[in-house]
Amino acid sequence: MTTSLNTDIAVTDLITKMADDELIIGHRNSEWTGLGPVMEEDIAFSSMAQDKIGHALALYTILHEQLQGADPDQFAFMREASAFKCCHLVELPIGDYDFSLMRHFLFDHAEAVRYRHLLQSSYTPLKQLSQKVKGELKYHTLHANAWLLQLCRAGADSHARMQAALDTCFPLACGIFEPAADEVEALLIAEAIYPGEEVLYNEWLDQIYPILAQAGLNLPDVAQVRPAYGGRGGQHTKWLVPMLNEMGAVFRLDPQASW
Amino acid sequence: MSESLDPRINRLKLGNAGEVIKVEEGENWQVYEVFHQEKRGAHHEHVGCVHAPDAQLALVFAKEQFGRRKKCVNLWVVRSADILAFDAEDEDMFANNIEKTYRDASGFKVMDKINKFKQAGKAAPQQ
Repeated sequence: MTTSLNTDIAVTDLITKMADDELIIGHRNSEWTGLGPVMEEDIAFSSMAQDKIGHALALYTILHEQLQGADPDQFAFMREASAFKCCHLVELPIGDYDFSLMRHFLFDHAEAVRYRHLLQSSYTPLKQLSQKVKGELKYHTLHANAWLLQLCRAGADSHARMQAALDTCFPLACGIFEPAADEVEALLIAEAIYPGEEVLYNEWLDQIYPILAQAGLNLPDVAQVRPAYGGRGGQHTKWLVPMLNEMGAVFRLDPQASW
Repeated sequence: MSESLDPRINRLKLGNAGEVIKVEEGENWQVYEVFHQEKRGAHHEHVGCVHAPDAQLALVFAKEQFGRRKKCVNLWVVRSADILAFDAEDEDMFANNIEKTYRDASGFKVMDKINKFKQAGKAAPQQ
């Protein structure tokens, strides 16, 4: 289908948000390399980090090749923090393992819901990418579920730490579903590109609730939670700028170099 | 009806419809997967299965079935029921493996650059 200029702008916004989330959490997950509690987990987080950064590259490539966007490396490593559209959840340092696992659980289920809907997107590049990453996301959620259940039956202290991690992460994770401007959201829904953040948010809750219940964790009252919004509009936590500086340090030494 | 020629079926009376079946101890044979080690230190490789009433006899049968001809230093048997696996539909979790060459050392073509760097180093005047 030929897209209108307004649709291109709306799709660009959606893809940029998705790509920035993937890039930033990919970098954060990679920070467990060499530090994981057991070697297999070191490898698992590094492996999933590579997947996320691969997804980010694929999304930035769609922006570059289909939507007149900048070169992916330039876009990833040279943009100011205020131009990033990532949610606050992905920006935070890795913290303790309970925090990183809970973030991984909440984020990857959100991704699974989003990409599942994009399997039927009218925007072909996103539809194709969703098909390609389906198996990876299945593994990511499988991994998160297995560890959540394991740690929540590993004694009272372990369970308490996972509950605290959930209480910390949940408002941040709600920020994933910060809606775009009403007209942008409405346009994407009308064009059948994706069903809108509200639909995804509710399906995400339906998806994570049974696993949390099985783990014996209490989901905070969603009516009382204040989502950590702002990232989609360029307002970020204090953690993003130093992370971008570290991530882009080598590239910025010589942006024109061929490595 | 005529009796089966298979002694196992006759022993278990599987061929006689309607008759009460009684399974004696040792008659409930299980499937065991067999893993063969060609030389010490190598991985055991799966080579097939045997039916046996217990693990001890499974090892005996495994030797007769899979350890009679080619080089063999060890055999394992594992009850099939104890082997856990992904479902066939989970094949998609592995679908992208082939193109992730960055996960293999061979995915990085750097020898030319290294050799060029060494040559440049040799050509530099000694300080």
